[in-house]
Amino acid sequence: MKVKAFFLISAFVLSGFVSGFAQESAEPIPVENDSLTVAETPAPATDVVAKDTPNDAGGSITVTWDLSPDDTTKKIVTKYVVMRAEEGSDDFKEIGSQVAGKRSVTDNEVVDGVAYIYKVLATREILQDDAIIEVLSSPSEPVGPAKSTAQWFNMSRLNIFIGIIILCGAIIYYITAARGGKSFYIRKIAGIVEVENAVGRATEMGKAIYYVPGINDMDDVQTLASLTILGKVAEIAAQNDTRIDVPVSRSMVMVTAKEIVKESYSRAGRPEAHQDDQVRYLTDDQFGYAAAIDGLFVREKPATVFLIGAFFAESLIMAETGNSIGAIQIAGTAQPSQLPFFVAACDYTLIGEEMFAASAYLSREPKLLGSLKGQDLGKAVFLFAIVIGIILESFGIPVSNLFKVQ
Amino acid sequence: MRREIPIAITFIVGTVFIIAYFIPHYPFNQFENWFNDWFAIVAAFAIWLGALNLLKISAIKIFLKKTDQLHAALIIISFLVMIFYGFYNGFSGIMANPPYSYRDPAPGINFSWLYDYVYSSLSATMFALLAFFVASASYRAFRARNFEATLLLVAGFLVMLGRVPVGDLITQWLPRDYQLSQLANWIMNILNTAGQRAIMIGIALGLVSTSLRIILGLERAYLGGD
Repeated sequence: MKVKAFFLISAFVLSGFVSGFAQESAEPIPVENDSLTVAETPAPATDVVAKDTPNDAGGSITVTWDLSPDDTTKKIVTKYVVMRAEEGSDDFKEIGSQVAGKRSVTDNEVVDGVAYIYKVLATREILQDDAIIEVLSSPSEPVGPAKSTAQWFNMSRLNIFIGIIILCGAIIYYITAARGGKSFYIRKIAGIVEVENAVGRATEMGKAIYYVPGINDMDDVQTLASLTILGKVAEIAAQNDTRIDVPVSRSMVMVTAKEIVKESYSRAGRPEAHQDDQVRYLTDDQFGYAAAIDGLFVREKPATVFLIGAFFAESLIMAETGNSIGAIQIAGTAQPSQLPFFVAACDYTLIGEEMFAASAYLSREPKLLGSLKGQDLGKAVFLFAIVIGIILESFGIPVSNLFKVQ
Repeated sequence: MRREIPIAITFIVGTVFIIAYFIPHYPFNQFENWFNDWFAIVAAFAIWLGALNLLKISAIKIFLKKTDQLHAALIIISFLVMIFYGFYNGFSGIMANPPYSYRDPAPGINFSWLYDYVYSSLSATMFALLAFFVASASYRAFRARNFEATLLLVAGFLVMLGRVPVGDLITQWLPRDYQLSQLANWIMNILNTAGQRAIMIGIALGLVSTSLRIILGLERAYLGGD
């Protein structure tokens, strides 16, 4: 008798648990057969608006709406279906849908200049055994006409435009001032100051210099900056009658670097000392390149190594190998994630902007130094904006949206 | 003219790219795609310059019996083997019925086999070496020689300890917000992020300044001279 009572109670508790679980996990809406006849049609979405998608190249209309009053946790609305017809036609076709709780769809299948009418269907899909057995929907009022057009200025980038105008204006102003004979003080950058000493060390030791310009191609400004510095380093090396080797990982970099090194030797008055194999291509492959560089370092033991350009995971592999052979190493990159590796393994590191400033610093040309001064002014303006922004946001005045980049 | 024409091209292309960034209208919205295509075409042809340079320098090393002639021979053999299997498997695949890709796995030695079992393994080996290099570099960087290095040592120690379960285990007696994992997160999200952003702002300004110098033709060293 006790056992029977136990089973009865257990069955009751279990059935209650199972039915409770079934109710909680009812997604999307498995409905009992009895309820089909009384299933509720959801209320339509309200305040539907269809308008041209801003700041785009045309061919796009954005439809937005306010949620149906039935779009709640009860899941009477399961999705919104957006319908479109050309103006003057009743032939509405589905162009997209959005799950419950969402308020917009972008129609990217429209023709510029053609007027369209839209309506949004608040829809309830009733499922049984994962199959849709009934769809109930209520349409909003048709809205429109809406036409798509292409814009001639991306207003969401106005803040960048203003920033660039300020920065470029400052740079051009100082370049012009430098052309007029004004001289500027530029702070010492240890890594750049040491370039001559590093080349001199190789000369004294009678060993070669290795210059590694990173693994990116000529479409990266870091590579361009690196090749600019290469010109100065090769010139000093040529003056000291020290061999400079430039193993590269991109064919186009090879062609450019060859030209630069050759010109540098000519400028130094030693064109006969230039050898064609000083700049050589190794491989495009990242770790193949690192392996080849490591091999060259270990076999030839250069006195000085420059690692300047765009580096990624191979940075520390090269820098540590250079360190292990006792070479003096000057590194520089604008990859923030690789800077700690260079700082740890190299003697001097050009951190980000210092690498871009290096060519101007080495050339000592007033026009280029003027651009550095302009850059510093730009930095001061941005610093001021950041401080003001922090103060305003701290007092609850929202300004962060002004600095958002889209 | 050897200088003027490249500088003029650089100025026009650079200016067009800046303008195109702010104009979504056709044809400005297509410039990036078009230039990328052109760059890819030029780079595809230029790869032969690199390949020929590699073969030439390696062949000279063998011919002159230089110290690393063995490496040079290995480069040439590897290069030719991969080229052979690439073209052979590629053409075989195109001619077959139904056609298949040279990347599809197939029995025996072929391009796909060489790629998977030689090239990929060698690349993975080089990447794996990074772990040992990180250890040796960290050892040097974390030596407490001065105040800054000591700060680095302490911060690094706390972050490393906070990233493993034992960190929270030894500080479980503290309130949750003061346990090592939270402290490590604070160091990374507040101190580290602030430093990184400062560097990023400098880099962005440096990029703009360098680009402007190149576009205006003030920076000409990349063309081979001042």
